[in-house]
Amino acid sequence: MIRKLWPYTAGYRKWILLGALCSGAEAVFELILPLMMATIVDEYIPLGDTSGILRHGLLMVLLALVSMALGVCAAFFSARAGQCFGANLRDAQYSRIQDYAFRNIEKFSTASLITRLTTDCNTMQMTLMMSLRLLVRAPVMLVSALVLAIGISLQLSRVFLVALPLLAVSIFLILSTVAPKFRLLQERTDDLNLTVQENLNAVRVVKSFVREDFENQKFEGRNLALRGISETAFGRVIFAMPTMMLITYGTIIAVMWYGAPMVQSGALEVALLTTFFTYITQVLMSLMMVSMMLMMLTRSVACGKRIIEVLEEKPDITDEGADPSARVADGSIDFDHVWFKYNTASEAWNLEDVDLHIQSGQTVGIIGATGSAKSTLVQLIPRLYEATRGAVRVGGRPVGDYTMEHLRDSCAMVLQKNTLFSGTVRENLLWGNEAATDEEIWAACRAACADEFIHRLPGGLDMDLGQGGVNVSGGQKQRLCIARAILKKPKVLILDDSTSAVDTATDARIRAAFRTQLPHTTKIIIAQRIISVMDADLIVVMDDGRISDMGTHDELMARSEIYRDVYQSQQEGANIDG
Amino acid sequence: MANGRGMGRGPNRHGYQKPKNMGKTVANLMRYIGRSKWLLLVVAVCLVLYSACTVGGSFLLKTLVNDAIVPGDYVLLAKLLALMALIYVAGAGFSFTYSRIMVHVSQKTSFALRRDLFAKMQTLPLSFFDTHTHGELMSRYTNDIETITEIMNNGLANMISGILTFVGVVAMMLYLSPVLFLVTLLCLGLMLLVVMTIGKRSRMFFARQQQDIGAVNGYIEEMIEGQKVIKVFNHEAKAKEGFGVRNEAYRRSATAAQSFAGSMMPAMGNISHINYALTCCAGAFLSIYMGLDLGSLVVYLQYVRQVSQPVTMISQQVNNLLAAIAGAERVFDILELPGEVDQGDVTLVHVRQSAGGGLTECESRGDGWAWKMPDGTLTLLRGDVRFNDVVFSYVPGKEILHGISLYAKPGQKIAFVGSTGAGKTTITNLINRFYEIQSGTITYDGIDVRRIEKDSLRRSLGIVLQDTHLFTGTIADNIRYGKLDATDEEVVAAAKLANADAFIRHLPKGYDTFLTDDGGSLSQGERQLLAIARAAVADPPVLILDEATSSIDTRTEKLIEKGMDRLMAGRTVFVIAHRLSTVRNAKAIMVLELGEIIERGDHDDLIAQGGKYYQLYTGQMELS
Repeated sequence: MIRKLWPYTAGYRKWILLGALCSGAEAVFELILPLMMATIVDEYIPLGDTSGILRHGLLMVLLALVSMALGVCAAFFSARAGQCFGANLRDAQYSRIQDYAFRNIEKFSTASLITRLTTDCNTMQMTLMMSLRLLVRAPVMLVSALVLAIGISLQLSRVFLVALPLLAVSIFLILSTVAPKFRLLQERTDDLNLTVQENLNAVRVVKSFVREDFENQKFEGRNLALRGISETAFGRVIFAMPTMMLITYGTIIAVMWYGAPMVQSGALEVALLTTFFTYITQVLMSLMMVSMMLMMLTRSVACGKRIIEVLEEKPDITDEGADPSARVADGSIDFDHVWFKYNTASEAWNLEDVDLHIQSGQTVGIIGATGSAKSTLVQLIPRLYEATRGAVRVGGRPVGDYTMEHLRDSCAMVLQKNTLFSGTVRENLLWGNEAATDEEIWAACRAACADEFIHRLPGGLDMDLGQGGVNVSGGQKQRLCIARAILKKPKVLILDDSTSAVDTATDARIRAAFRTQLPHTTKIIIAQRIISVMDADLIVVMDDGRISDMGTHDELMARSEIYRDVYQSQQEGANIDG
Repeated sequence: MANGRGMGRGPNRHGYQKPKNMGKTVANLMRYIGRSKWLLLVVAVCLVLYSACTVGGSFLLKTLVNDAIVPGDYVLLAKLLALMALIYVAGAGFSFTYSRIMVHVSQKTSFALRRDLFAKMQTLPLSFFDTHTHGELMSRYTNDIETITEIMNNGLANMISGILTFVGVVAMMLYLSPVLFLVTLLCLGLMLLVVMTIGKRSRMFFARQQQDIGAVNGYIEEMIEGQKVIKVFNHEAKAKEGFGVRNEAYRRSATAAQSFAGSMMPAMGNISHINYALTCCAGAFLSIYMGLDLGSLVVYLQYVRQVSQPVTMISQQVNNLLAAIAGAERVFDILELPGEVDQGDVTLVHVRQSAGGGLTECESRGDGWAWKMPDGTLTLLRGDVRFNDVVFSYVPGKEILHGISLYAKPGQKIAFVGSTGAGKTTITNLINRFYEIQSGTITYDGIDVRRIEKDSLRRSLGIVLQDTHLFTGTIADNIRYGKLDATDEEVVAAAKLANADAFIRHLPKGYDTFLTDDGGSLSQGERQLLAIARAAVADPPVLILDEATSSIDTRTEKLIEKGMDRLMAGRTVFVIAHRLSTVRNAKAIMVLELGEIIERGDHDDLIAQGGKYYQLYTGQMELS
């Protein structure tokens, strides 16, 4: 994993290196101090060498200052390295996602992509930063303290042969019994949160059915389970500290017992002996720290894996095989026996043997029940998905011949679930064409029948829409989305149920405007209402992934049962789904 | 909606938030923690003893060095070492005991907090949920209570033991050498200064970091949600650019914040080292000129290492503690909110009707329902709902309904038509008292709804809402939500009534199909059918359908129409619909505009009037 993520440290490696160096050096400097103290106590005091004491003391202060500088540098460098790493990962992921095709986005789901970009990246940058500070420091500390202790007395250092393995095994035992409990703890927490979440979402349902007590009981169960596992998990974690204390102090006592005769024989000074205690504490503490850090790292590994998944995901559709100079000649569209399925593993086809030929400038209506694959069909035109079998051609050439950018500029599509972004009306419309002049914008708005209400908005084109376009009504939003698409001056304009919230009269006006203002553009209109497509040159009736019939309104009324059915059901209730 | 993925978003919560009313919150929190009084007493005793062991163990070193090691008295050495071992074992024991008890106390406390918070949320009026986002409320559980638990699990006891150790160590230092303590005091002062300066800076940078991360996360959320639109409009490069700017701003402020926060440890640690060096020199002089014994010096130096630990630890924990208290404050803010007003004393009961029209209360569903007055008299529930001059606003000053009067006679179908914001849903929200009206009265079978016990009122009204919400569980569980003790047959019957039976049987596991994620695997229409089945199994005398069929295409709607008709038979029904076809056969249609009923009558009347309804019907108007 490190190998895969390492490239994202590019440009900041010197900070990583410097951070690690400073952390390590700080640890070493810190350890030299007790040794110098021992020299003062053991050598200078008995001699009464005051100048030696002063010299040495000053040196110690100096060392502490250097160590402080190193420590602060380590903090700055590791913060820089960590944040740069995080920023790079976010950027790389975000850029990668921009290359994703629809299928890739659906594979991950929007919510999951957001988590990977936010929480996971934050965890990774934290991990690098903390690793530089602690994961470098602790092992350096461990080794240096060990070396210095051996330097004081090889004989006494033999205690480590017992203490280190003992501590290592104890920590291992504790952590290995704790880890599965924590996984359970996470699951229980998720369960509990899910219950709260569902209650928040469904608060009206709960209240309407007077199910407060029922929900309280449900929650009580989850709450109890969480409490139980928490007590078990944390109850085990706390074994670590006392164990560590016992082993440390046990070692110190052993060293005193074995060290006392050495002091007597003059082989060891008293202060060196107490310095040895300091090193014991440092060695054991560092070992503990390393193991704790490693446990934390397992969480980061999970986050890292999720990020790598995003980075390594191959875009489903690429410009490979496209001719950059290919231009869409006209708005003719051909489906040659097209078969399609979203999930390549599934047996059922979403589109079966669709053979459809549309001439440039025609208006085509598509009708069919929910799930009859109307949207699927039109999404193949701007190559949002790729046909599994058969060919889709625009302007006489297969869609794969054009670059995606050119193809999608030529085939504008208004999605069923369309979005406006925070910003002004104008900013949103400019998505269609960044260089559009105000005249062009108004022309597009007129074609989409959006001009009237924009005039009435406070601020007009400059009104702030708010996130997701919350400041305009559903019907107004749809018309803005249509205007945005028209601004592209496309050869093909696809409306995927994009006027469902617009009243029939305005709907009719939009269609009339299309006819007069976009005569050469091929218009494909998916609609629930027959009235929206009645006057189209060609109406396609979809049924369960197949073209059930096509023709003009009169032809279909004469021969298509489905069409007649839909028509009649709408006639009875008047055609106002608005 | 910012729920769901709102969990755990953002950076690790940093403790730089100050509680507003610390005293009150701590007192509140103590009421919870205080439920384990006796255990806490044990913790306190353990803490004192543990600190005494830590300080005492080091102090023993002096006697060890002076009287046993230097003179070479091995018998005394053995005795002292045994004593030392005893002290440390006891210390470890005390430490373990108080930690274990604190785990128990903290889990007990957070359990109680979660339970009370959840129970409180069940009683809060809808207006509360309108003004708080789900993400915000979720974070009471995921962040606030978590922070409280965490600080109680580790921080609190450690902080107290740190303070105790600090006091003990300082006392010992003073005892060993008041002169050397002057040096220590100087360095402790320096530490305090560093804590305050660095703390102030990093708080400032952290505030900026929080702002920037908010901007990055907001951008990510909006853009990833609209990613398909970005693809369709070839807007990728622009999106990258916008992201880059925010990402870079966050990187800068986060680097600054983390740099300062990270400097705290090395700065504090090394001041402690300087302290160590200075003490060492001063001690050496004292030892040469004033006869400070070697044992005292060595022990004093050990204490110097110990004294800074609590200071560093507390300076780190203080922010967590403040964050925990701030979190607790937010939890208590909710716990202290008033619940829904419910002073009703009229209850809903099942009754059996005798031949002469006399009513007797009974357990199971007999011939219908009745309102039971506090004096025990029974009034048959008929479903007569009347609004008299009702004025209502969600937010004071923004009146939504301006003096609405209407009546629904038993068994009638009443429909509401009008634009979004005209007040259709509001009217139904008032019938079941989701909100309180400002003036006027709403009566139900002649009884003011405020006199009816809320649970009884709502049990008498079945609602199918515009947005369908399903719970994690099987399909049968979800239908049974309408009547918890419904038999399997009743569940199937309700599903058949709603025309949901067919699609349920097509699912691999039928009625036992497990739904997660708000029934995400079902289509919008299927989910709505389940919601209708759920209302059907509840079998309420009055039914409210709020856009119940909006996501069902006209063909499917025709299929469930029969079921709906059966469901509506003999009940008073309020229907809100966008699609005029659904309301056409209503007994009375009310056309609402801007909180007022502008037209009323049946379909033919309204068409004849040639007003707004006529315009809507003929497609001359846009419903938004």
